[in-house]
Amino acid sequence: MRVRGGRGLHLFGALDRKLLRDLWRLKGQVAAIAVVIGCGGAVLVMALSALNSLSLTAEAYYERYRFAQVFAENKRAPDRLLLAIRDIPGVQTAETRISSYGRIELDWVAEPITARFVSSPERRGGVLNRLAIRAGRAVAAGRSDEVVISEPFALARGLSVGDRLPILINGSRRTVRIVGVALSPEFVYAIAPGALIPDDTRFAVVWMDHEALASAYDLDGAFNSVTLSLAHGAVATDVIAALDTLLERYGGAGAIERKDQLSNWFLMNELDQLRALATVLPSIFLVAAAFLTNTVVARLIATEQREIGLMKAFGFSGWEVGLHYAKFALCVGGLGVLLGWLVGKELGQFQTMIYNTQFHFPFLEFRLSWFELTVSGAIGILTPVTGAVWAVRRAAALTPAAAMSPPTPQSFRKMGGAALAPIAARLDHATRILLRQAARAPVRSSITVTGVALSVAVLMLALQWPDAIQALARGHFHDTMRRDATVAFFEAKAVETRFDLGRLPGVMAVEPARSVPADLVGLTKDMRPRGIVHRGALDGVAPGRGMEAAIDADGWERPTPAAGVLLGRMLADKLGVSAGDSIRADIRTGVKPSVVLPVNGVFENNMGMRAFVNLGDLNRALEDPPVMEMAFLRLDPAERTAFYTALKETPAISVLSVKKHAETKFHETLGETVLIFVSFFVGFAAALGAGTVYNAARTTLSERSRELATLRVLGFTRWEISYILLGEIALLVLIALPLGYAAGLGLIWVMAKSFETELFRVPLVLEASTIGWTLVLTLAIAILIGAVVRRQLDHLDLIAVLKTRE
Amino acid sequence: MTDMAQQSEAISDLAPQEGSVVLSARGLSKTYGAGEAEVRALIDVDLDFESGELIVLLGRSGSGKSTLMNILGGLDSPTSGQVWFQGEDLTGVEEHAVTQYRRDHVSFVFQFYNLIASLTAAENVALVTEIARDPMRPQDALEMVGLGARADHFPAELSGGEQQRVAIARAIAKRPELLLCDEPTGALDSKTGVLVLQAIQRINRELGSTTVLITHNQSIAGMADRVFTMADGRLVDVVRNTQPVDPGAIAW
Ligand SMILES: Nc1ncnc2c1ncn2[C@@H]1O[C@H](COP(=O)(O)OP(=O)(O)OP(=O)(O)O)[C@@H](O)[C@H]1O
Ligand SMILES: [Mg+2]
Repeated sequence: MRVRGGRGLHLFGALDRKLLRDLWRLKGQVAAIAVVIGCGGAVLVMALSALNSLSLTAEAYYERYRFAQVFAENKRAPDRLLLAIRDIPGVQTAETRISSYGRIELDWVAEPITARFVSSPERRGGVLNRLAIRAGRAVAAGRSDEVVISEPFALARGLSVGDRLPILINGSRRTVRIVGVALSPEFVYAIAPGALIPDDTRFAVVWMDHEALASAYDLDGAFNSVTLSLAHGAVATDVIAALDTLLERYGGAGAIERKDQLSNWFLMNELDQLRALATVLPSIFLVAAAFLTNTVVARLIATEQREIGLMKAFGFSGWEVGLHYAKFALCVGGLGVLLGWLVGKELGQFQTMIYNTQFHFPFLEFRLSWFELTVSGAIGILTPVTGAVWAVRRAAALTPAAAMSPPTPQSFRKMGGAALAPIAARLDHATRILLRQAARAPVRSSITVTGVALSVAVLMLALQWPDAIQALARGHFHDTMRRDATVAFFEAKAVETRFDLGRLPGVMAVEPARSVPADLVGLTKDMRPRGIVHRGALDGVAPGRGMEAAIDADGWERPTPAAGVLLGRMLADKLGVSAGDSIRADIRTGVKPSVVLPVNGVFENNMGMRAFVNLGDLNRALEDPPVMEMAFLRLDPAERTAFYTALKETPAISVLSVKKHAETKFHETLGETVLIFVSFFVGFAAALGAGTVYNAARTTLSERSRELATLRVLGFTRWEISYILLGEIALLVLIALPLGYAAGLGLIWVMAKSFETELFRVPLVLEASTIGWTLVLTLAIAILIGAVVRRQLDHLDLIAVLKTRE
Repeated sequence: MTDMAQQSEAISDLAPQEGSVVLSARGLSKTYGAGEAEVRALIDVDLDFESGELIVLLGRSGSGKSTLMNILGGLDSPTSGQVWFQGEDLTGVEEHAVTQYRRDHVSFVFQFYNLIASLTAAENVALVTEIARDPMRPQDALEMVGLGARADHFPAELSGGEQQRVAIARAIAKRPELLLCDEPTGALDSKTGVLVLQAIQRINRELGSTTVLITHNQSIAGMADRVFTMADGRLVDVVRNTQPVDPGAIAW
């Protein structure tokens, strides 16, 4: 008789000692599952901690520095309008300012640097969009020669408080003094107009005295930008509508909410991607881990059926027996979680470091909170336990008698019935054995196939990632941008200006262009607007083949039509139109014309919502003379420096963006990080594949050791019995490969979809090399694991196996 | 006792006998573990098996019968001593050569039938005939053990005695020079056991395989040509049976 209370005294009873021995005996499999859990946990910890660090930091930053909630730009509105804006119901604070582009001309930098000039928010007790002063001080009121510059630019160019800064605003040069270096919640992600990736060396934000800016831009007593904070419970869209009405007469370009504010949009977009990362990838690993645990625990229970019967006969309850095996899963999960924490922390730190170069906060620290640890810990432990529960429940339910009776020999059927008989007859016995074995354990075989397929899928995702980014870059920088530089003017210029540009040294060709803000909506066949309105822009370019190429799905270049509009795929999809339909464009500038444009064609693009029209038509619609706001340039590479120097003498130009720089920056920023993450994910995928194969092989070995030993006794060689064991694994891996490729496509699609934004989408690129490398890596993993298990096969103890009854 | 004396004389000249002797062993010892835990499973065993003999190996549990048989069959290696099969030394050769020895010359039957569950009776037998040099047809082997009708059944569909006879059919299908049976009737009732023993005896007669039969059961010794008895790792007695009986006549 067992004494109930007695065992409680033994904190570490016999069962626990058995648990430890089991864990040790199955250490290979335990480690394999723990690693798979660890991979999932690591991604989870990384994504959650980055998500947490980033979103909490942003929230605190926005709060503390009073980041505005509504932003509007307009041409020129009188200061007194501010009173009316403040009276809009729901407005808490409203502040007007001047915001415009200009240039910084450092002696030691060849090309002009684009700068955004903004009224110093400190004026007249302003409270919104306050600066986080990092060095020096704010601009003193009335000091037109003082500026505060953005910290990333200051660091990138080695500028500090006290330095003199030559600037060019509204076409006139002056030199100002840097009195402060600051960060702003408005420019967490600080990019030049038209850019995608911050280039801190070539873009600056400059805060200046409001009056000084006003007089520089001929805006005395007026403003061209207003930002609002909203009262609690106010509806942003209502406020925006009212604000748009007020600004209508003053060249308002349409107000936007905080969520559409560029810097914040990029930040939120990053958070969305992290969320996608935190759900999709860990799920894959954890599901696989649950399956693997199930296999191992089920096998453990199958081999210990008799012991379970004994334990129950001794008086252990089903619950106690079940708990024993659940503890096994718990330990596996615990190990995995620890591993996940360790690797996840490293990854999270790395991710935060990357964020610190892309997003500029006064404080962004990697924070590993109890939240991530708890969530990943709970999931990491629950997963294997869930996987074990099914197997454990059976063990707990077993009656002692049933458990102790010898297992009924496994039933087999001949394969495939009569149809396959001729094929089956030709197979040698080893092949027949392995085929029947694989078919007899359909659950475990499927688990193995699933695990390997998932590993193939993740491998594919990881390997195609750089290709996709590469394709994105190639499409954008090479296929689309058939130019070397783009310049923008402070104000619209007569198209004849292009001849002046053409005379600059190094300029080989010039093309005029103009981009105007517009609300675009697709029209049905009977010319009624479809639901979705896209607040974007119409791009007027010269008709025909130009320096902004549009390539259609078949790879043909589509010339800009003389009439109608050429839409990019992303915009066409959003508006729900295709070639032959029409769209309506409500242009939000000048005389604000509304035009209906037949969709002339749709071209493939992955960056931006693009709509091209004939520049002449655009100007006519706006009742403007032939003008341009931008020009595309083709440059002689040998004369770049001369070109830059000449540009410095051309004050009419506000923004210069050079393709080479943008492309270099793109690769610099993404290249390294992508490679590092890809290697991590390749490692994770490999771990998943290896873990699955190892588990399958070990479980099979454990089940078959008796048969394999028998075959050895009958005179089969090691290689021959290896074939039976490894042939089954090879078969399952071969089945998994095509499934994995299919799953990989799905996974790539899901990830691309969840990363897709209005600014860019990652193209679905699948190079032959990805397929090939996936194949090579998967086979290499399978062969490696096969070799490891085969070595264990050599140590098969023939006598011990045969003298015991299964 | 006289038999034993003769035996001792016969093997005193170390060179194994030529001619009818298939298997010889000299000075076989097997020690498991070391120090306190040392177990001497075999101590200095010498023996010669003649071609076509049926030998019953008796002895108390733990006396070293299985250990001896495993060494003779090339499943295990002795700590010291030598084994010759048809004059070829089996000790200290490569793993591959031992596998080849098992493959070509030896067959085993164990207490637990050790059939491959995923192969039918005929396929289990064919497993061996495919790698043997001069096999019989699987069907013939099954018929020798009286199971011709059950060739297409999987092990799960056969009784214990039938499974054991399949194991015997598998063992004899390659016409082994040496058939080693370790308690083949251990898991069977006496009636079924008799069927199995009759199958073994028939094979020994018809194929001329030298057969070693390990058993706990004294009465089975009646069917042997010679009876070896082991105690505490030593071969203590060898008795020649002039009139081997049919297993059917054995009462047990
Ligand atoms: N792997 C091993 N490790 C340690 N001792 C062993 C090992 N195998 C066998 N022995 C010991 O060697 C001795 C002989 O064992 P063996 O299996 O040959 O006996 P047996 O005569 O076949 O007994 P039984 O009739 O019970 O099968 C026994 O004392 C046994 O405990
Ligand atoms: Mg024994």
